[in-house]
Amino acid sequence: MFEIDPQSLVKMAAYTGGGLAIGFGAIGAALGEGYAAAQADMAISENPKMAGEITRNMLVGQAVAESAGIFALVVAILLLFFNVANPNLANAASLLGAGLCMGLGALGSGIGSGMPAAETCRAVARQPRLSNRLLTVMLIGSAVCQTPAILSMVISLMLIFLNYGDASAIKAAALLGAGLCMGFGGIGSGAGSGHPAGETCKGIARQPGAQSLLTTNMLIGAAVCQTPAIFAMVVSLMLMFVNFGDVPLNPTWAAFMGAALSTGLAAIGSGYGGGMVAGASCEGIARQPRAVGNVTTTMLVGQAVAQTPCIFGLLISFVLMFKMFPETAALSPSMALLSAGICMGFGAIGPGLGNGMTAEGAVRWIARNEEDTGLLMRIMLVGQAVSQSTAIYAMVISLVLIFVI
Amino acid sequence: MPVTGTEMLITGADLVKAAAFIGAGISMGLGAIGPGVGEGMAAAKACEAIGRNPREAALLTRTMLVGQAVSESTGIYSLVISLLLLFVV
Repeated sequence: MFEIDPQSLVKMAAYTGGGLAIGFGAIGAALGEGYAAAQADMAISENPKMAGEITRNMLVGQAVAESAGIFALVVAILLLFFNVANPNLANAASLLGAGLCMGLGALGSGIGSGMPAAETCRAVARQPRLSNRLLTVMLIGSAVCQTPAILSMVISLMLIFLNYGDASAIKAAALLGAGLCMGFGGIGSGAGSGHPAGETCKGIARQPGAQSLLTTNMLIGAAVCQTPAIFAMVVSLMLMFVNFGDVPLNPTWAAFMGAALSTGLAAIGSGYGGGMVAGASCEGIARQPRAVGNVTTTMLVGQAVAQTPCIFGLLISFVLMFKMFPETAALSPSMALLSAGICMGFGAIGPGLGNGMTAEGAVRWIARNEEDTGLLMRIMLVGQAVSQSTAIYAMVISLVLIFVI
Repeated sequence: MPVTGTEMLITGADLVKAAAFIGAGISMGLGAIGPGVGEGMAAAKACEAIGRNPREAALLTRTMLVGQAVSESTGIYSLVISLLLLFVV
């Protein structure tokens, strides 16, 4: 055995966290900006006379997408130079958690913000006189895409700067979990809300008269698609601030990690799925503005069903956080609780995406064939119910792992 | 031979059980991703097809459900393996 003094442990965690923050955080922003640049080139080849305007819109869009990367850079630099007054295990966990939270949380927002930037460039090539209006709508859309990155930054700064006054190993598990949960939880919502924003920019070029309808629908759709990120934030804040009392270290540490992974991973599928639905509804309204009532209603129903896997994840998280588990000296009870979180978290990703795809198809075709709204809505719900089944299997296995084993 | 940690007493049988539990979670968790996405694709295309040709709705729904049932099978395999890991092995 070897012993590590708390100061070194905190430094190790901070440096690893800093690397993870900018490592993951750089992926999303770069991908989003690259996509925007690619589409800007396509747009310029379509309409070379508008090269100046297109380049301006591309650069503004890329700047917004970059902000997710800049948040990650700021947190990474803070972690590199931050000095902890009273180093202990809980500090080390919170700094590692802060890095993971910011890095993963910036991933989705960077990708998402790239989509409106790219579609605006294509739209300006098609409708040069709408350039300024498109720029405004793009800025609103990509600002919404940044929400998960901003929530992650808030949680990560709280993890770095707040003093929790509790240096127990359980608190360390809860703080690391808080970071992981918000980090994973932001990926789907950030990337997903790029769809409505992108389709709105594209749609305004196709149907300039429908701008206000499209912008309203985009905001509603993108707001609903943030719910999974907000669930993740709720779980993170609970792990950080709820006083769980005198609970045994083993197996509670595993219950906390499981709670974090359950909601965090589950939010990826539901967030991205909800975004796909919202994107299809914006596309549909641009094609057929008369159908707005039916399209928006179906979008909301479809998004609500796409959120259910994430709600299952939230449920398992609450059970794991608030059920009292008896103290044990063995490893297997802890692993059962950790496994329950992993099972529900991963198990919800597929159904969340699948429900989103189904509703995307239904919403898209309701806009094209409004008379058959009832039929399409019914088929959508049947398809979603079947796709939901595997999330229910995952929930059953999680509940067995928690209550039966 | 038991290995004592700070507050833990880990035996071989305990480690085996712990591994079975983790395996069960990973099996059902990862196993649920594919069917969820696959069934969603089938349903999305069924909606598209019914939107194009609503008169064939019954046939299309039936085909969608058959396709989804096949896609579901791997999810059920995962469920079976998880239950075996939890209760039988």
